[in-house]
Amino acid sequence: MDLHLQTMTELAAGLERGDFTSVELTESLLQRIAAHNDKLNAFVTITTDEALAAAARADQARIAGSGGALNGLPVIHKDIFCTRGVMTTCGSKMLDNFISPYDATVVKKLADAGAVVLGKSNMDEFAMGSSNETSYFGPVHNPWDLECSPGGSSGGSSASVAARFAPAATGTDTGGSIRQPASLTGTVGLKPTYGRVSRYGMVAFASSLDQAGVITRSSEDAARLLGVMAGFDERDSTSIDQPVPDYLASIGDSIKGLRVGIVRQHFDQGLDEQCGARVKDAIAVLESLGATTIEVDLPNLDLSVPTYYVVAPAECSSNLSRFDGVRFGHRAENPEDLLDLYCRSRGEGFGDEVKRRIMTGTYVLSAGYYDAYYLKAQRVRQLIADDFKQAFANVDVIAGPTTPTPAFKLGDKVDDPITMYLNDIYTIGANLAGLPAMSVPCGFVNDLPVGLHLVGAHFAEETILRCGHQYQQQTDWHSACPEAFE
Amino acid sequence: MSAAGLNSGWEVVIGLEIHAQLATKSKIFSGSSTAYGAEPNTQANLVDLGYPGVLPVLNKEVVRMATLFGLAVNATVARRSVFARKNYFYPDLPKGYQISQLELPIVEHGEMSIADTNGNEKRIGITRAHLEEDAGKSIHEGFDASSGIDLNRAGTPLLEIVSEPDLRSAKEAVAYMKKIHTIVRYLGISDGNMQEGSFRCDANVSVRPMGQEELGTRAELKNLNSFRFIEKAINIEVERQIDLIEDGGTVVQETRLYDSDKDETRSMRSKEEANDYRYFPDPDLLPVEISEEYIEAVRATMPELPVAKQSRFVDEYGLKGGDAEILTASRALADYFEAVVVATDATAQIAANWVIGELAGALNRDGKDIGDSNISAADLAGLVSRINDSTISGKIAKQVFEAMWEGEGSADEIIAAKGLKQITDSSAIEAVVDKVIADNPGQVAEYQAGKDKLIGFFVGKVMQETKGQANPGQVNQILKDKLKS
Amino acid sequence: MSLDKDQVQHIAMLARLKLSDEEYAVSVEKLSKIVDFVDQLSEADTADVIPMAHPLHAAQRLRPDEVTETDDRDRYQENAAAVTDGLYLVPKVLE
Repeated sequence: MDLHLQTMTELAAGLERGDFTSVELTESLLQRIAAHNDKLNAFVTITTDEALAAAARADQARIAGSGGALNGLPVIHKDIFCTRGVMTTCGSKMLDNFISPYDATVVKKLADAGAVVLGKSNMDEFAMGSSNETSYFGPVHNPWDLECSPGGSSGGSSASVAARFAPAATGTDTGGSIRQPASLTGTVGLKPTYGRVSRYGMVAFASSLDQAGVITRSSEDAARLLGVMAGFDERDSTSIDQPVPDYLASIGDSIKGLRVGIVRQHFDQGLDEQCGARVKDAIAVLESLGATTIEVDLPNLDLSVPTYYVVAPAECSSNLSRFDGVRFGHRAENPEDLLDLYCRSRGEGFGDEVKRRIMTGTYVLSAGYYDAYYLKAQRVRQLIADDFKQAFANVDVIAGPTTPTPAFKLGDKVDDPITMYLNDIYTIGANLAGLPAMSVPCGFVNDLPVGLHLVGAHFAEETILRCGHQYQQQTDWHSACPEAFE
Repeated sequence: MSAAGLNSGWEVVIGLEIHAQLATKSKIFSGSSTAYGAEPNTQANLVDLGYPGVLPVLNKEVVRMATLFGLAVNATVARRSVFARKNYFYPDLPKGYQISQLELPIVEHGEMSIADTNGNEKRIGITRAHLEEDAGKSIHEGFDASSGIDLNRAGTPLLEIVSEPDLRSAKEAVAYMKKIHTIVRYLGISDGNMQEGSFRCDANVSVRPMGQEELGTRAELKNLNSFRFIEKAINIEVERQIDLIEDGGTVVQETRLYDSDKDETRSMRSKEEANDYRYFPDPDLLPVEISEEYIEAVRATMPELPVAKQSRFVDEYGLKGGDAEILTASRALADYFEAVVVATDATAQIAANWVIGELAGALNRDGKDIGDSNISAADLAGLVSRINDSTISGKIAKQVFEAMWEGEGSADEIIAAKGLKQITDSSAIEAVVDKVIADNPGQVAEYQAGKDKLIGFFVGKVMQETKGQANPGQVNQILKDKLKS
Repeated sequence: MSLDKDQVQHIAMLARLKLSDEEYAVSVEKLSKIVDFVDQLSEADTADVIPMAHPLHAAQRLRPDEVTETDDRDRYQENAAAVTDGLYLVPKVLE
């Protein structure tokens, strides 16, 4: 099979057998990227030299028998992860000249495991957006239909994996930014439990919601990557000290008796009928494997989007205050005074969506509004988390659609902030409650992929990975490749 | 200037906010050093610089130090406290927010007693003490149109101690501030060095007509970095406010700087008025949870506090209250004193006299702290013992002290080297007395004629002859005997 | 609840964002929509609900008081646009 069509698992086996070297694999993918990336604009930086050097080191390590768990395997990092010596832009003009002096923990972990980084993927600016149209470096295109969005904010990562530029790419998920693009590009997108993966070196958007995760083409690959990425980090106070299980060991277990919750409210909303049908088919597959379905109630689900749109902007408005042109990043020229330096550096450096969210956040935290908005939202958030906790008393996994529709055309929804927001409605609850969640491809609507969304209880990644893997033993949606990229 | 408060029908209300830098090795949220005086930005790591992607992790020492402080001032140590972000833009604040504590501070409802203006004991409430990070520094000298920012100090841990507005005069404010200063040094949680900025004070000052319950509008005085300045600044501000109101004006709530050259306060107009800090709990930090066991474990390490030590010095050593107060002004001084007492048979009062007198004099003269004393407690005890056993007189001892201070050796070494042993041999003294009498027939005659005061002249002559080493008591006795005609 | 231009200007100032007149106009409209949208939250019954501090009810971990960082100033300052004698430069700050 062509190298680019193989999963991580298959490539790992091939490297072990000596079918090809890591340098050969890397070169072949870099050529592919060079040939096809301009159709997608999935990359901000392609790290050709570094990749080849890392591949060569991996080949040496393999000979010496000292290679790590991902030795010589290719990955792409979302351009929100700090990579030492390599540009880290967060899709923004504010950081378009920023060479990070340090590596994010996630980057370091993958590098220590021997992974070969092919480049930094394009993304919605500072992770704000769900269509990858807010990037300073231009929009990313969906390999399934170049006129369509690949989703966001991890649009570059999802498009890259779907286009077979690499078998895996890291992403971040604050309101659905891994899972929604995965759904829209026919890939697997995993967001772990909050605190499972270190946030150190991951440029912060909304600190209490952000989590690093991965986009792959199979649940098995997601399990493999998570095993390397996960773990306690003493540099991150919100990182949880809990042992990392061997996710690969349990994905092969049966899901007989798995209790699958179906949320009553999910199938009410503006859900595209065909989308809903694909998801229902997927759930039927789970039942055929011995899972049982139970209806669950998430009564405050409707409020999850407004809650998110108070909490996330509030935290981001504060997190982005550090971008002032003084120590790094874009600096306005010839500032008249300090105020001018700040206002113009930030006014010029940030795009519209980012500025809007900063202002929203500033507003909801401001004097007179804090109680009614921020504090209120954090109360509603607790209600939503409690709803999930109650549901998980009776089920092991909650299943539903990842997105209400398949991929939409670029430029389609940009003008209507509210419509954009509604795209997150199935995914946001998991961020608010800190739960692990994953999207797996479950079919096509109008020749565009859609995803099945699986949510687990805290630290139950094993359960959702097993569920996804068993589903993928019975289906081959995840193997479908966009025609232009075969 | 009159004592404004009492005489003119006005009451002064003062609250103090003290920022004490905690004496940790590393910063509150990062592993950078807190050492003073380094080259600019050489102690500012990525966390301190607020780089994209970095995160804070709390230093365990600051929790211990804050807990210790809370216990020392009879406050409640919160079982659960929360860090909050105080959002504003300023070049010395790299993240664009300061991590502080708002609604749930680590310490609340404490107290400290001071002597009020009449000398009576007065309780001053301590509303709260909370942890926060310090900002960096801006440097303006040497630049034309720019300011240079040094972030070495950014992230240094601070304990902000807020008093209730219970202080009623500048003197009370200074007394309170001194007590807090002493306590934090006693506890070893801050070096209290005001010149280096590790102990800073802001004062909230307002006035109201005597008898009025409602508080007047307050002004916040900043940049008060000595006890003297605080007293002057508060007094001058009180005068300003009273004059303003009596002239028909109103006090504006604002921040004012004290200018020690001109002895006046002026408004900090360039600072933002009414900043909206948009406080919210910092999502990068989790609530700090402190158990009962932890609090008790910290309590068990509490050193003897100044008030208790002072009482004990009076009871155990029989010292005068005033002396005890001076000796317990710092733990280091008190420990030094006790070390001297332990090592000598002389009375504690004599030891106290020497510590408070000669030793303090030498330390002051050389601008030193007790910790840098040229003479160790053991060596001072050695000196005091030699007075006690009459090897030398008190007067000679001062000479010996100076020599010891110059590093010439121990008391015994110096006494031996300089031959300063007191002469107590009666026959030797008699010989000198005989000589003096023989040499000064005129004065002898006057003395014998009734001019008793001349005994001093003769004593002086004998001392001169013996280079001050003759035992004064014996000299006196022998002279009197021999001068009796 | 709609916002007016003054409010938006105040917010932009708090956030140190310079906006053009056009951006202001668009912002007023879009922010008003967002605020209207999130006003839904007021309908929720949250009496007695403690605001969530964290999704997991964990407590802050403490690190030992040790100096772990070495001076890397020059490397970090490569990212700064204006530095002199190790100091970051900004237009003169009046105090």
